[in-house]
Amino acid sequence: MKPAGFTYHRPVTVDDAVAVLAEVSPAGKVLAGGQSLVPLLNMRLAAPEHLVDINRLSELAYVRAGGDAVTVGALARHADVERDDAAYAVLPLLRDTLRHVAHPTIRNRGTTVGSIAHADPAGELTAVLALLGGTVTLRSAAAERTVTAADFFTGPMSTCADAGELVTSVTFPVPEGRTGAVWTEVARRHGDYAVCGTGTVVTLDDDLRVAGARAAFVSMGPEPVVLDVTDAVAGATHDTADWAAAGRLAAGRLDPEDDIHATADYRTHLAEVLTTRALRDAARRAAEVAP
Amino acid sequence: MTTKTFGEPIARLEDPRLLTGQGRFLDDIGHRALAAAFVRSPHAHARITGIDVTDAIGVDGLVAVYTHEDLDGRAGEPLPLLIPHEALTHGRTGYALAKDEVNHVGEPIVMVVATDRYVAEDVCARIGVDYEFLPPVVGIEAARDGDLLVHDDVPGNVAARMVQSRGDAAAAIDAAPHVLELDLDIERSASTPLEGKGVHARWDADDASLRVYTSTQASTSVRAALAARLELPPDRVEVIAPDVGGGFGVKIVHPWPEEVLVPWAAIRLGREVKWTEDRREHFVGATHERGQLQHVRVGFDDEGRLLGLDVTVWHDNGAYTPYGIIVPIITTTQLLGPYKPGAYRAEFFSLYTNTVSVTPYRGAGRPQGCFAMERTMDAVAAHLGLDRTVVRERNFIRPDEMPYDHGLIFQDGRPLVYDSGDYPATLEKLKKLVGWEEFEAYRDEARAAGRRVGIGIACYVEGTGVGPYEGGWVKVETDGSVVAATGLTTQGQGHRTAFAQVVAEELGVPVDRVNVTTGDTRRFGYAVGTFASRAAVMSGNALAAAARKVRDKALRIAGEALEADPRDLEIVDGVVRVIGSPASAPGGSIPLATVAVLANPLRYAFDREAERATQFGGPVDFSKPPVAEGESPGLEDTGFYSPPRSTFANGMHAAIVETDPDTAEITILRYCVVHDCGTLINPRIVEGQIHGGVAQGVGGALYERMVYDDAGQLLNASFMDFLMPYATEVPVVETDHLETPSPLNPLGIKGAGEAGVIPGSAVLASAISDAEGFAITRMPISPSDLYSLRSTSTRMGETPR
Repeated sequence: MKPAGFTYHRPVTVDDAVAVLAEVSPAGKVLAGGQSLVPLLNMRLAAPEHLVDINRLSELAYVRAGGDAVTVGALARHADVERDDAAYAVLPLLRDTLRHVAHPTIRNRGTTVGSIAHADPAGELTAVLALLGGTVTLRSAAAERTVTAADFFTGPMSTCADAGELVTSVTFPVPEGRTGAVWTEVARRHGDYAVCGTGTVVTLDDDLRVAGARAAFVSMGPEPVVLDVTDAVAGATHDTADWAAAGRLAAGRLDPEDDIHATADYRTHLAEVLTTRALRDAARRAAEVAP
Repeated sequence: MTTKTFGEPIARLEDPRLLTGQGRFLDDIGHRALAAAFVRSPHAHARITGIDVTDAIGVDGLVAVYTHEDLDGRAGEPLPLLIPHEALTHGRTGYALAKDEVNHVGEPIVMVVATDRYVAEDVCARIGVDYEFLPPVVGIEAARDGDLLVHDDVPGNVAARMVQSRGDAAAAIDAAPHVLELDLDIERSASTPLEGKGVHARWDADDASLRVYTSTQASTSVRAALAARLELPPDRVEVIAPDVGGGFGVKIVHPWPEEVLVPWAAIRLGREVKWTEDRREHFVGATHERGQLQHVRVGFDDEGRLLGLDVTVWHDNGAYTPYGIIVPIITTTQLLGPYKPGAYRAEFFSLYTNTVSVTPYRGAGRPQGCFAMERTMDAVAAHLGLDRTVVRERNFIRPDEMPYDHGLIFQDGRPLVYDSGDYPATLEKLKKLVGWEEFEAYRDEARAAGRRVGIGIACYVEGTGVGPYEGGWVKVETDGSVVAATGLTTQGQGHRTAFAQVVAEELGVPVDRVNVTTGDTRRFGYAVGTFASRAAVMSGNALAAAARKVRDKALRIAGEALEADPRDLEIVDGVVRVIGSPASAPGGSIPLATVAVLANPLRYAFDREAERATQFGGPVDFSKPPVAEGESPGLEDTGFYSPPRSTFANGMHAAIVETDPDTAEITILRYCVVHDCGTLINPRIVEGQIHGGVAQGVGGALYERMVYDDAGQLLNASFMDFLMPYATEVPVVETDHLETPSPLNPLGIKGAGEAGVIPGSAVLASAISDAEGFAITRMPISPSDLYSLRSTSTRMGETPR
């Protein structure tokens, strides 16, 4: 389990990084926290000719929390995001979800942007970004562009990023209105990729009636799945809404696969149970928000 | 530190070193050694039709490429079948490098030696092997069907068939008032030590000697095997087990292909060569265990007493049988646990499959046997509507029936005779510890809150301290410190502490003055190895015997120096004195260090203390030679311990689990252990052994499985998909002890190494069955499995409890 040979680059500015990526494109691969890439290299499942290490790009080591969004730079570790009190204040879902991402030692190295760029359909942050309708910012030597999560994720482990592009940041918008958001999942062991995981956002109107309900899933399809289940519960008060109906609606629209840890049947069942639970909890949180 | 430490829970002497990164493991040795890597078969069953190394030649850093054709002399012979048995009629072993045919994914075919491991792996990727595919036999059912064969010359894939019986089980069952039949299934798991295998070899051409470091559980036996394979005089071969990061059974197998090949290449190349197994290699290149199908037929009376028991086991032994049929023999003898089965018949078939070979993993067939027996006990209780502990108690061997002869032959080839144990007392302790009688009230309370809980119990008896022997050597140095050695190896159990406690107790010295070496053939050449919960029993008693001899000699010499009768002397805190007198009494004591000096008559003084032992150092009795007849110089001696038969530890576990009615998640709420391994040397170490065993038991019950597809590919050969439990998955273990000394050895010790793991699947199956209301017959069980079972199983009662 030793990687094949590669040329190692360690730029110190974003400009240098994208210049190197352009130069070696399409044979380059970006190394950030290395928690997914290094095992792939060691098992020789990936053998890029050039490795561009961005761990010296201190300009990307930031978490910026504003009133309407949290923006995370490419060198912010999961632990930085998890422990950022300002981000928690505006978007508690991030910390709540990150607690399910692997273990502290991995969160100390792994980066939030890296896990999104890796686009593992079992990665919790991919689903959260999709659930919130977030955006991804990419830089190349020539230009910078920002794309929506829906456009960014194009399949399992695949995104719209070009070989010469570096994902410099992602932005998680704070849901508008009176909302609550919850992450829940079932994993085989603490910190494992979920067998099924779901994040939910419920929006209530001024009368505490359901105005919107959405759920996003990991491990339930080739890419993060976002479902709008408002139809099942629209107009009901948060404490009387038939959340189970919303759970059934969501489960009926998912098409997971068997793997060695769980059957597709069990996954679908979990999706129904977890969606029901998470929507109910999210609605309760929304109701607790000061008007 | 005081002298008295035997039986005390002192901290492990090795931990400061190990916990501060001062350990010296295999991969810490030989940084300048050449590195080996292997081309391994990607196919489960194939004939090798060609090997093409053209692309590899010329790679910078490549030193050598070897295939089976290169293995000269005995190195090219099949690897040894370590434990032959008359029932093993079709034993087969592989070659160090595959010859013509491969029988499992991971079998080594080509060895590459290069300047470093990176280059070696690059070269491996450039070597082409041509195969003619053969149909793989995967899974016990496929092996049992016998339509396809693993080895052409082994009909029905049956390596061994063996029957043991006492009385006429079939007749007893037919005549019984009640008869039940159970079909049971245990999947594969594996030892998976965090440090895999590894070998480093250095050939000294001038000295014509070979030094091998290997991460093994049996260094003396590796030496014997290497001397034979490499055709070297045994005294020219040194084998040393450095710090070993876990073994759990897998490292008792030897010599591994790599253990032959690395020294072979080192001799051939005249260079240091090292190979460190990586995780992926370990999953497919070491060994597994546990996989069995079982059929149980039991007859019993209205009280739940067994009248007859007939068990058939189909044991998956994988591609080869390097370790014989020890595992199924243990399953079919140890499944009896603390019970009298009435008439008994056990039959097993040991079957080949095109998967990694099976050799003992901690528990070594006992977890499967315990599962069969304990599922049977639960079934009997459910059938009669009796409390599960009542049925068990009615079948117990009573303390006044000890020693109890089952009339069978155990894995050591000796009669299966339990030496001691108090099973009713153990059960009472466990019921109290877990609150068995109060559980129904707790269940009602939980049910009212919408929760589903269950309680389970499982009992086991474990044959430990298997022979044939171990030895120990003890020496008091002239500074009063004590060095001791035993030949068996250590993999993290805390042997150095426990053995130091034994020696310190016998010699009357502080425990931190005793330094113990294990697993180094340079220090002690006669040994068997570390397995079968035998180290404390075997080497503990051997070292005690050696220390006792040294003590006797010390008292003799001190008696002369003090002009006292040795019988009036004692050793306290490293000082020999007249019994009961204060150490400060003038002329009434002598330090053990001085005795050590006097024990070795000197011509030359190397320091002031040594002057006392020289020819003009003190009064001399000219009628005697300086070294008395029959004595040897120095304060040192060896001792051996060879038991008449195994000693039998026992224990019982209880678990309370909660199963989520919606998600089918399984949570262990409480896990209680009552354990009797005879006299305790160090209760803290025993507790640690139990905790580690329970962790592996939980792993085997709820998480770990080896997932082979139909083509014989192992789908989860990584720690990402092979779910060894994390600390977060292992429950707090509540323990209580009994100490029923073994009458078989002077220290009264029984083994403790494997106990924790044995009842894991049985107790958790019992608890989950109790929570869910239907019988669990297949382990391990995942939430997904439980969810499926809920819709297909027949509930034992009318409604889930």
